[in-house]
Amino acid sequence: MLKVSGLRAAYGPVEALQGVDVDVDAGEIVALIGANGAGKSTLLMTICGAPRARSGRIEFDGRDITRLPTFEIVRLGIAQVPEGRRVFPHMTVLENLQIGATPAEDSYFDDDLDRVFAMFPILEERRHQSGGTLSGGEQQVLAIARALMSRPRLLLLDEPSLGLAPLVMKRIFEIIKEINESQEVTIFLVEQNAYHALRLADRGYVMANGRIVLKGTGAELLADEGVRKAYLEGG
Amino acid sequence: MAVTTLPAQRTLDVPAVLKECGLAAFVAFALAAPMVGLETLPLTGGLGINTRFGAVAYAAVLVFFGRLGFALLRAGYPVPVLIASLVFAAVLISLLLTGADQILPFKSLILNWFIALLAVVITVRAAWALHRPTAEMAARERENVMDRVGIAVLRGARWLGPLAIAVAIALPFLPFADRRFLDLAILVMTYVMLGWGLNIVVGLAGLLDLGYVAFYAVGAYSFALLALHFDLGFWVSLPLAGLMAAGAGVLLGFPVLRLRGDYLAIVTLGFGEMIRIILVNWYSFTNGPDGLSGIPRPSFFGFPFTRRPAEGTMSFHQLFDVDFASIQRIIFLYYVILVLALVTNMFTLRLRKLPLGRAWEALREDEVACRSLGINPTNTKLTAFGIGAMFAGIAGSFFATRQGFISPESFTFIESAIILSIVVLGGMGSQIGVVVAAILLIGMPEWFRELGQFRMLAFGAGMVLIMIWRPRGLLAHRDPTIRLNRDGDFEAPG
Repeated sequence: MLKVSGLRAAYGPVEALQGVDVDVDAGEIVALIGANGAGKSTLLMTICGAPRARSGRIEFDGRDITRLPTFEIVRLGIAQVPEGRRVFPHMTVLENLQIGATPAEDSYFDDDLDRVFAMFPILEERRHQSGGTLSGGEQQVLAIARALMSRPRLLLLDEPSLGLAPLVMKRIFEIIKEINESQEVTIFLVEQNAYHALRLADRGYVMANGRIVLKGTGAELLADEGVRKAYLEGG
Repeated sequence: MAVTTLPAQRTLDVPAVLKECGLAAFVAFALAAPMVGLETLPLTGGLGINTRFGAVAYAAVLVFFGRLGFALLRAGYPVPVLIASLVFAAVLISLLLTGADQILPFKSLILNWFIALLAVVITVRAAWALHRPTAEMAARERENVMDRVGIAVLRGARWLGPLAIAVAIALPFLPFADRRFLDLAILVMTYVMLGWGLNIVVGLAGLLDLGYVAFYAVGAYSFALLALHFDLGFWVSLPLAGLMAAGAGVLLGFPVLRLRGDYLAIVTLGFGEMIRIILVNWYSFTNGPDGLSGIPRPSFFGFPFTRRPAEGTMSFHQLFDVDFASIQRIIFLYYVILVLALVTNMFTLRLRKLPLGRAWEALREDEVACRSLGINPTNTKLTAFGIGAMFAGIAGSFFATRQGFISPESFTFIESAIILSIVVLGGMGSQIGVVVAAILLIGMPEWFRELGQFRMLAFGAGMVLIMIWRPRGLLAHRDPTIRLNRDGDFEAPG
């Protein structure tokens, strides 16, 4: 579904991606783990066209999207839940969801809203509250729901567990699983929390210094000695 | 942290209070001495100076006692303050009412009334403190009160809006509405319309535009040139002028929309000046600094407002078989700008509920998030710029037809600054706030006109007061564009 090959991207002179190859097949959950500054978020952002790739190729359903502007990429069916959630703080939950529905056809809106509210009852309760007054976990849920309103086929999640309490984090990972199974949305997620991410994922990639250093199924990577040392056992 | 309300302490630190009041009086003196105390007079052979130190001393004394009143209130002595301020207010008001105010140091009637008003405010606060001795109105609490007033006004918008419109419609027929008053009302209305137009750009889309007057100028000159060269009437030229201004907005928008915040502000500031300088220098086209005169007055849909119409045409007063009066044209102009302003308002309110309007607001909040949600930021900003510019252009052509004469002097940076102040002080994005701010900022210097040059001080004082009491604008509060009601259906509030 998504095919990234030889991707390079840079912020000024600093090369953040040094030739990355990643494949995501339809229906999968794929996790990308790695230390801070490895280039995980940059990879997700580059898929969406900001920053633009220096070289390499990004294909979505066989179509080259490397040079498309961000909003057109999103309209093809890729939704991104950006790092740090970025909900619109002064707009209500409902308005946030409406903005999310921009790329989708209007006729779907009511059904999609019901579906999202069924999945996340807390959002229905808080629908008139402004986004900025929600708790961190609720904001994360809202950010995911907002992305789902665009009816994506591929959902890019950037550190969905960031800054959340363990219980809330657990629930977020359950939600991701649910979305993948019941809504048939393919998921590509970036995580610091390697253990949870790899347990959830069908396949995983490990990234370091702008390169993919390891790949395999979630279980394989969890069992890998190097991964255990670097990302699972603290210190 | 446990909060305990202490009973008002009846301890009076006399030296501290005197020091505080003395300081306030000194500041008043220092401010008033050059501005009020010295007046330049044109004499033969140069400037002379007239001194008015009596007035300065009076001002300093007033400030001293006013401050003393507040200090005593704070220290828990409302009774003497109440008595003193009541006596002062009563004496002042009775002097003013009996017309014996010539013995007062200030000769300006409006200024004396203003002082009386302040005395009444102190009296009310003293009475309030007496009524609730323990509940000191802390600054924080006062802000909450003002917030609640703001929210109450917005809640009441449902009936306040129609009420305001009804008053505005009835205005020309009220007994006090003479020609001067109506002229002022037209002026205020023009700024309300400009404020609402700019509110789309600044309040909704969050693009700081310091050169809004450029589009006002484009509209005014478009209308004037169309009318003078092609003999087009007001109603034909009006939409054309709007379109041309919108075109100018899009033209400016294309190159500058990659800029944000401060940088955008600087570029728009430059654009505003460029338009003005072009108007000054392109003599063959715009008639340069001499301006364009002889711009046709609007007709009542083809029936002119003239005493003796040209052969073969019928004038307004003949059509309705009433006596000719020049105020008919003023009243008509008033209704034209009222309708134009209301159209602007309705357009904005409708747009806010459409995906485009929501996209503007989302763009203001977080551009990166917008991009990742499939919103095209360039087009969205361009429409905001274009639509805002269009309303400025329409207001500009109204200005041209009302004045009958335009020159680049009417479109200086200060106009942009005033319009922006109206939007910011009204509370960004608030429609009613713009009306209140326009009445205050445009009306106030006019009411204080008898103070001559000092009326700009009133303008400044108005701004300072708003900044102290309502730093986020008079009616800063954002309402959701839609709600779900109990049955799960959508409803649009307001």
